[in-house]
Amino acid sequence: MNTDTATELAVDCRGIEKSFGEGETRVQVLRGTDFDARLGQMTFLVGPSGCGKTTLISVIGAILSCEAGEVHVLGSDLRRMKKGALADFRLANFGFIFQEYNLLPALTAAENASIPLVARGESNRDAERSAEELLGKLGLEGHTAKMPAQLSGGQQQRVAIARALIHEPRLLICDEPTASLDAASGHNVMELLRDVALAAERAVLVVTHDHRIFEFADRIHHMSDGVIESTDEHPNEEQDG
Amino acid sequence: MIRVALRMLIGDPTKCLGLVIGVAFSTLLICQQMSIFFGLLGRASSVVNDVREANVWVMDPAVKTIDVSYPLRDTELPRVRGVEGVEWAVPFYKAQVQVRTRQGTLENAVILGIDDASLVGVPDEFVLGGIEDLAMPDAIAVNPAGFRLLFPGQELDLGRTLELNDRRAKIVAIVDAAPAFAANLTIYTRYSLATQYTNNGRNQLRFVLAKSRDGVAAEEVTRRITEQTGLKALTSAQFRWESIHYILANTGIPISFGTVVLLGAIIGVAVVGLTFHQFITENLRQYAALKAIGVRNLRLLRMTLTHAGFVGVLGYGIGLGAAALFFSTVPKKSDALRGFYLLPEVAVGVGVLAAGIVTLSTLISMRRVLSVDPATVFRG
Repeated sequence: MNTDTATELAVDCRGIEKSFGEGETRVQVLRGTDFDARLGQMTFLVGPSGCGKTTLISVIGAILSCEAGEVHVLGSDLRRMKKGALADFRLANFGFIFQEYNLLPALTAAENASIPLVARGESNRDAERSAEELLGKLGLEGHTAKMPAQLSGGQQQRVAIARALIHEPRLLICDEPTASLDAASGHNVMELLRDVALAAERAVLVVTHDHRIFEFADRIHHMSDGVIESTDEHPNEEQDG
Repeated sequence: MIRVALRMLIGDPTKCLGLVIGVAFSTLLICQQMSIFFGLLGRASSVVNDVREANVWVMDPAVKTIDVSYPLRDTELPRVRGVEGVEWAVPFYKAQVQVRTRQGTLENAVILGIDDASLVGVPDEFVLGGIEDLAMPDAIAVNPAGFRLLFPGQELDLGRTLELNDRRAKIVAIVDAAPAFAANLTIYTRYSLATQYTNNGRNQLRFVLAKSRDGVAAEEVTRRITEQTGLKALTSAQFRWESIHYILANTGIPISFGTVVLLGAIIGVAVVGLTFHQFITENLRQYAALKAIGVRNLRLLRMTLTHAGFVGVLGYGIGLGAAALFFSTVPKKSDALRGFYLLPEVAVGVGVLAAGIVTLSTLISMRRVLSVDPATVFRG
């Protein structure tokens, strides 16, 4: 959407290091990784399995802490925040779309989508009303009272998108959003994300293996072995050209 | 998030039902067994409770319970009467006899002999007849459970005769006595008749019932009687507790009931704990997702406690209801359980125990919820 390099940074990470295990089993996953994502853009993080993508978005998403480096997200230094404050920060600013959707099977589509609002203290009734409206915009009117098991994979992903957007977060983190979908459904989901989620005051970060959806990226970071190897600043222009 | 927690639980009806049934079963089992246990203890002192007029019991020093008595010399009665502070004293006889029923079977019976003149020692409530009827020749009064034991399937009525120790005994009253510990059949008769019905040797007196004068404490009177006669004297309350203590210390009843209660609690913890653990494990990914979204651990803790509270309250309510139903129906149909009822103290105590079972089961699983890594949701 916006390829202006002067656009405000939503994510600015410098020299991140993260390892798992101890002693001989210690594995260094992030090796001084630098990464940034801009507001108003859809930034892709791509790379082979095991290169550290999930660890990096977990650090950016305030779910994992890193051992060294700087992590600035939406102007806040995450490394200075305590655990409780990080949870509040996530709830206020982040929307997550998981590969496996992770919808609560006992809740209806509207109830699932309303969770972030309920967690922020809104009444169930108001939250569900907002969720029904948003689900309607996502093409799920008539399905809001259905349980996840009654919905197709694409519909479940739309409910997950609604849950990620209902509280109007400034950073949307999508982990392999099309991995469980066929090509057409995956394309539809990405179009939906571009149309509904992307906004001037919001950044969308997508981790993916799926090259079929690269056309939706404003920037693509290529990751390998714990570092960002290269960045395509104008991938679509290059493709077009 | 409370509603979300409840929906998560109810959304898994198999486990929800398993959890509720686990708590309900434990509650029912423990309530029922503890109530019967306390009912039995009550029976251990029922004869003492039924003697309302006297507040002092005098007996052989070796006596430890109302159910095991030793003979006293008949001369002890006037000695007790002579103790300062005693308003009156009357003889009281208690022994066990065997009665042949119409079916030809022998049934144990407790025979209680009361003072011929004053008729002190009979419960206040009569179902049929009255206390004055015991003054008639060969007169006995029996309790309703005893009557039904002797004459199964027949309505309570008066005028029937029994044979006790080759002597005729005529039922002139039905007295609402509490069931005794040793037998379901309780026979009240005059002291002079009771000694003939049992023929237990030269010394027939078993207890002396006394009343302290107004203004003199029963404890003081018991002290004086012991000092002056060498006999054991207890207030009614002291004798009641001593009889109960005898049962607790000398029978396997506490261990037997205690074992069942303990098993009930262990089964409760095992069933509820394992089911709850399975429920939490299966929903761990959902908890991780909630954590990733930004739901704090404290909120997740509340959600887990909501699960526990719902299961606990519902299970306890069902279990308590079933126990109440049991005690409101079965004892009416079974004389063996007559007088047993659900004690409020037991209901409260089991409530605390049920809360403990649920809390313990929750604590085991709660750690997993609190420690689940939200990053797991990014791992397909």
